[in-house]
Amino acid sequence: MMKFLSRNRHTVQRLGFSLITLMAVATVIPIVGTVIFILFKGGSAISLEFLSGFPRDGMREGGILPAIIGTLYLTIGTAIFSVPLGIAAAIYLSEYAKDNQVTRLIRLAIINLAGIPSVVYGLFGLGLFVLFLQFGTSILAASLTLSIMTLPVIISTAEEALRSVPQSFRTVSISLGATRWQTIRRIVLKEALPGILTGVILGLERAAGETAPILFTGAAFFLPRLPGSPFDATMALPYHLFVISTQVPEMPIQIQYGTALVLLAFVLTMNVIATVIRSRARARRQW
Amino acid sequence: MVENKITIENLSLQYSDGTESLRDVSMDIRQNAVTVLFGPAGGGKSTLLRCLNRLNDLTEVKASSGQILIDGENILDPKIDVVALRRKVGMVFARPVPLPMSIRENVIYGLDLAGEKRKSKLDEAVERSLKLAAIWDEVKDRLNDPAIALSGGQQQRVCLARVLALQPEIILLDEPTSGLDPISTGKVEAALLELKKEYTVILVPHSVQQAARTADYAAFFLTGELIEYGEGKSLFTVPKQKKTEDYIMGRFG
Repeated sequence: MMKFLSRNRHTVQRLGFSLITLMAVATVIPIVGTVIFILFKGGSAISLEFLSGFPRDGMREGGILPAIIGTLYLTIGTAIFSVPLGIAAAIYLSEYAKDNQVTRLIRLAIINLAGIPSVVYGLFGLGLFVLFLQFGTSILAASLTLSIMTLPVIISTAEEALRSVPQSFRTVSISLGATRWQTIRRIVLKEALPGILTGVILGLERAAGETAPILFTGAAFFLPRLPGSPFDATMALPYHLFVISTQVPEMPIQIQYGTALVLLAFVLTMNVIATVIRSRARARRQW
Repeated sequence: MVENKITIENLSLQYSDGTESLRDVSMDIRQNAVTVLFGPAGGGKSTLLRCLNRLNDLTEVKASSGQILIDGENILDPKIDVVALRRKVGMVFARPVPLPMSIRENVIYGLDLAGEKRKSKLDEAVERSLKLAAIWDEVKDRLNDPAIALSGGQQQRVCLARVLALQPEIILLDEPTSGLDPISTGKVEAALLELKKEYTVILVPHSVQQAARTADYAAFFLTGELIEYGEGKSLFTVPKQKKTEDYIMGRFG
């Protein structure tokens, strides 16, 4: 057998490549399958009323507008807290931090933050934001909880983007009389921005799709009107999906899949935006 | 009357990783002349250049001593204004590094940082410095094109113009022609000869030949020590030190 293989190197190579190609294609199947399946099952539910109306008849009829708006609010709220903090932390780590104990501690914290299960964030948010800081079950508390969860993603991708800007740009800028901060603002940030944006969007996308962190901190089972302030609770797509799939008897199946489809579309749209930003920036890049 | 622009006194420096360093270097550098620092790699030439505009601040330095006086002021003093120093002491690097912006923006980058916003002044500086760097005719019709689109030799002259736009008094060049073809090299060298009328030029050449061609004064560095320093004409024809002679003759390198 070994003799046969060694004598037919090209056959073996072709076999190997085919196998590898097959595996690569296999990774596409779950995502395409999910999208087609949900489109097929839920596509018929999508209508103007479904997208712009309130749930009726114990959520078995009507639309999911409050959940869509709620997820939008939560995503924006998460962005408000996590984006400035995340980018600032990335700038510190990439541009200022010396390799010492404190820096290593920060990095360790970020890595561990990324590894915490999302339900634990939910409990932490309940303890800190809802109860201790008395924000109540609210958009504010949920956004803050999601922010903590999103931070490691934003920090690590932003740091990566900053580090990929060639060191020589910094040296040249400094040699021309720029301060460190001027160099960061005018050259480094500008060049790293597409990469940072990609990370931000990917982080927020994850936050938009999460259920566990908002479960105890801001999500409502059903609300008859849209939230009016950051201290109101809100409906949200992932939680709504969970509710109508498990808590409501005799739920029409196309409403469940319709909701899933809207959530999927929301997340995939953000993904596409991130991809477009990245590829356009790569084409324009001057280094 | 030749005057000393820079006085280096007992300068020693050691990097944290223990690499290239300087050992007790003392020398005077004349105004309006090309002073060449040459010698084999690792001799401390670049380190010395990077001391003169305090670019070594960006590198981990373990220990340094001695002083560098420019116009009588010790620039190694932590209290001096390094931004002002770097405007006064410009630097051109071995590989051309155009910043990711247009030719014009590259040239005015330093001025813009220094707060010059008047368009007339900036336009004037762009034309003057590009002419001085012998690149104006080649780029005057496409100043808003990205600088990266130029050839290597053109990029390097734009980088030189970028330094000149700040009207420095001293220009440091660290093997500025190492990546260039002979024609581009010739153009850069010709620009240097023009420059020494107004500026103090310190050049780390990329070959002994270039050192001999351009040097008014030449300093030979070997493993962090200044071996010989004198007028270019005599140093390259009748070196006083055996080591200098061996190096010039190509016996080691």
